[in-house]
Amino acid sequence: MSSTTEGTKYKVIGTRPVRHDGADKVTGRAVYGADLRLSGMVRGRILRSPHAHARIKSIDTSAAEQLPGVLAVATRNDLPNLKDKIANLGEGAVNLAHLSANVLAHDKALYKGHAVAAVAAINNHVAEEALALIKVDYEPLPAVMDLTEAMRDGAPLLHDDVHTNSMGKKSEKPSNISTHIHFETGDVDDAFAKADVIVEREFRTASVHQGYIEPHVATALWNADGHLTVWCATQGSFTARQQTSELLQIPVSRVTVVPCEIGGGFGGKIAVYLEPVAAILSRKCGRPVQLVMNRDEVFEGTGPTPGSATRVKLGATNDGKLVAGEAWLAYDAGAFPGGMIGPGCMCVFSCYEFPNARVDGYDVLVNKPKTQAYRAPGATQAAFACETVIDELAERLGVDPIEFRLNNAAKEGTRRVDGPVYPRVGLVETLEAARNSEHWKTPLEGPHRGRGIASGYWFNIGLKSSAAANVNPDGTVSLIEGSTDIGGTRASIAMQLAETLGIRAEDVKPRVADTDGVGYTDVTGGSRVTFATGMAAHEVGLDIQRQMTERAAALWECDVESVEVEGNTYKANGNSITFAELAGKLGQTGGPVVGRAAVDPQGSSHGFGTHLVDVEVDPDTAKVTILRYTAIQDVGTAIHPAYVEGQMQGGAVQGIGWALNEEYFFDDQGHMQNASYLDYRMPTSLDVPMIDTIIVEVPNPAHPFGVRGVGETPIIAPPAAIANAIHGATGVRMHELPMSPPRLWAQMNKNGS
Amino acid sequence: MKDFEFQTATTVDEAVSLLAARGERAKVLTGGTDLLVQLREGMREADMIVDVKKIDELMQLAYAADKGLTLGAAVPCYRIYGNSEIAAAYPALADSARIIGGWQIQSRASVGGNLCNSSPAADTIPSLIALDAVCHLAGPQGRRTVPVAEFCTAPGKNVLGRGEILATLVFPAPADNSGSAYLRFIPRNEMDIAVAGAGSWVRLNAAGDTIEAARVALAAVAPKPLAATSVSEFLAGRPAVEQTYEEAAELAKNAATPISDKRGTADYRRHLAGVLTRRTLAIAVARARGQQL
Repeated sequence: MSSTTEGTKYKVIGTRPVRHDGADKVTGRAVYGADLRLSGMVRGRILRSPHAHARIKSIDTSAAEQLPGVLAVATRNDLPNLKDKIANLGEGAVNLAHLSANVLAHDKALYKGHAVAAVAAINNHVAEEALALIKVDYEPLPAVMDLTEAMRDGAPLLHDDVHTNSMGKKSEKPSNISTHIHFETGDVDDAFAKADVIVEREFRTASVHQGYIEPHVATALWNADGHLTVWCATQGSFTARQQTSELLQIPVSRVTVVPCEIGGGFGGKIAVYLEPVAAILSRKCGRPVQLVMNRDEVFEGTGPTPGSATRVKLGATNDGKLVAGEAWLAYDAGAFPGGMIGPGCMCVFSCYEFPNARVDGYDVLVNKPKTQAYRAPGATQAAFACETVIDELAERLGVDPIEFRLNNAAKEGTRRVDGPVYPRVGLVETLEAARNSEHWKTPLEGPHRGRGIASGYWFNIGLKSSAAANVNPDGTVSLIEGSTDIGGTRASIAMQLAETLGIRAEDVKPRVADTDGVGYTDVTGGSRVTFATGMAAHEVGLDIQRQMTERAAALWECDVESVEVEGNTYKANGNSITFAELAGKLGQTGGPVVGRAAVDPQGSSHGFGTHLVDVEVDPDTAKVTILRYTAIQDVGTAIHPAYVEGQMQGGAVQGIGWALNEEYFFDDQGHMQNASYLDYRMPTSLDVPMIDTIIVEVPNPAHPFGVRGVGETPIIAPPAAIANAIHGATGVRMHELPMSPPRLWAQMNKNGS
Repeated sequence: MKDFEFQTATTVDEAVSLLAARGERAKVLTGGTDLLVQLREGMREADMIVDVKKIDELMQLAYAADKGLTLGAAVPCYRIYGNSEIAAAYPALADSARIIGGWQIQSRASVGGNLCNSSPAADTIPSLIALDAVCHLAGPQGRRTVPVAEFCTAPGKNVLGRGEILATLVFPAPADNSGSAYLRFIPRNEMDIAVAGAGSWVRLNAAGDTIEAARVALAAVAPKPLAATSVSEFLAGRPAVEQTYEEAAELAKNAATPISDKRGTADYRRHLAGVLTRRTLAIAVARARGQQL
């Protein structure tokens, strides 16, 4: 279900053509990283730390190296020393020493599952046997898993060279708190003093994984000429190239990254893990080396997203106006600094107008895998806290939760607590769409049932994209782009080129090129690809159109200025020719036409969403059943509505999993107990109803077709919406994720309901 | 995973001698849905795998209303719920067979294998105990029988000796006015391991208002599947009404000795033992009265 302006203004945009990579994907022909077979290729496996925290006194690989069938062994000794080198990776900077130490542990293992050594061998079984022969002398150290514990003085320190950076000032003593962020606007204390109603609550959320189906994979060939080629599953081939070249200290020009099809990333396939290790092994043995993680390695060795401890305090007047907000957020960063606290702090109050607000945020080191981005990184934890308190405040004031949100909604001109002022945005429209929806207007009946609502905001980024296209003599266009296609972006980018040229989507043939085949392109992340690479495709189209206009003028021997373009037709002085006909005459009018563009749009495209959910809670077991779910989002313009709906549905389902059952479950040694999809409980198709969608289109003034990012916003609202629905069903307010049956049951019993 | 030798036995004697020769280093393969995963994940090691699916005795599924059921140890789950007579005569067993994994798993996985894997959370074992099934074992010293209730000894451990295999499970003929049911609790709706489970069997009087005999067994609330004898003894002679099931539920909670782990807390599991006992008793009684549930 959706309400779009499909077909009102555009010919291609808003339609639902079959995706260009569809046949390959549904028939299994698409080549994913682990499908790759190269002549002479061998396999590698990684040895991982059995301790959550330990000093690595020595690594003896001699016995492993002597095992027949073993071709190479790699350890920390094979990585260049990168102490304190900072690299800008497009979407944020990274301390290369930390990145290097995450790829293969240096002096310490900082989490269970931390890579310590690697082996290349004739097959996986021999490689695994060899791992068992590597002797690592560990000195186990006390581990700290809980972030509030880690913040205390005297807690076990992960790094003795990390000091708290608080607003530019470094702490004297080393600390597990790597960053303290502070935002403040207005007079917060005075505003709380004048508020009629104040609600303050504390929240906890568990570490959760992105849960992509495809495990990490990389194949590397260090050729005899010194050129390195890496085939991998990555969200950004250029960032993979840069990280690999920096970690190995070889020029980017000596590295080619070939992006394979990717089975999900959600932010977790931006940092490199296997690529540099496969490269080292290949350099040592002279053969292509393929590394594929097992599922437990994915859970224990790659980024989950932060667990959090937060406190939100909101004040309002009796007439339903928010007057003050205060938030304290601590997010775990995992084993290395640089978690998701920044966006958490920026997003916590991003849906509302707060004349007075204060936010403090802390990035905290714990003995867990280094956290990575996960779909609107940091926003979901913050929204769970803020939107739950908003709901309670509305209840206390006796105001309808949609009306309360509308009364205070962020809109054009609203200043976010971290500074930026919104241009035209669509939160109000999503709330109005919620209020007008069949879902909201249908009364919820029956015992143990409740309805919840919550809103969410994500920035969506721009950044760099390049594209080029060749006009074929049959009137089709071959498009070359650098954005790895995770969510149907070949289609959404091709459609924007087709719209510009007045041709059919099917007449554009998109191809994702490797790092030597296309200009620099930033990651597929930040909900940027349909926005920014789409913008590049539009400019490619304009470039082609300009050249085609010249060809028409050459054909008719008239001034270029006299040629007019109408859709796919070029006209001048009574002459008329279609794009396809003209494409057939390029040979006579000057040769091939190649369009190209490189863009770097700055700023955000601002995605707001509002979700509605009905739940039923089993009063005996506290199991939550999702009865009905509607995701509503301002997407600017829906290029391919089916994939927009797919993003909204997928985000909602991941949010449902985060809300109800997903969590890293550690024992008291910091060992994850549920590193498999059996016990890390993501929802299956039997656990969610059809996710209804309502597409709201408030065009983005900063994009030629009005596109806003779509992919991330829909994961933000679900946990809060479900918590609010559970309150309706049981009277219990849940302040901890996941709201799993044992946890909800304990709360229901505590409240005597 | 290391290389291993693979043998296909065609008789019980052949399987027993192969296994007896290798002891712990040889493993029995039926459906393989536990074993292969355990080998791949390094939870078990083996030098030899002995496939027993070619042994007729272990693949038999023989039912007669007056004689009962003989279930070969290697018979896959789908053949149980796919046989309407057997599913009607032993509904708790069919309940269990239907919820182990998905269809692909059910077409490989066997009840015998589930029993020999001896997980405290196994979904078939409470039903086997409730239905009073007996294990027929074959080993180097010959044949012997052990009630299912005495088969498991600890998590992953059972009474099988060196070279000994489970050949068949034998169920008594269904009594008149009897019914049974198995339920487990999982946080999702499929593809999950029981947080707790309960299997109940009841025999009513001819009027259908009194429980003459009952057996209740619990999963995932003790180091091994638990025959809740205090509950079973309490139920004999009680009226078949909700009040009785609630009292039985309290006894089941007392019988449970669960732990807290990734799947649930001890308190919650104890609570679930009660909920599931109450619910399975209600279903078993309804089935004993002839209702299709």
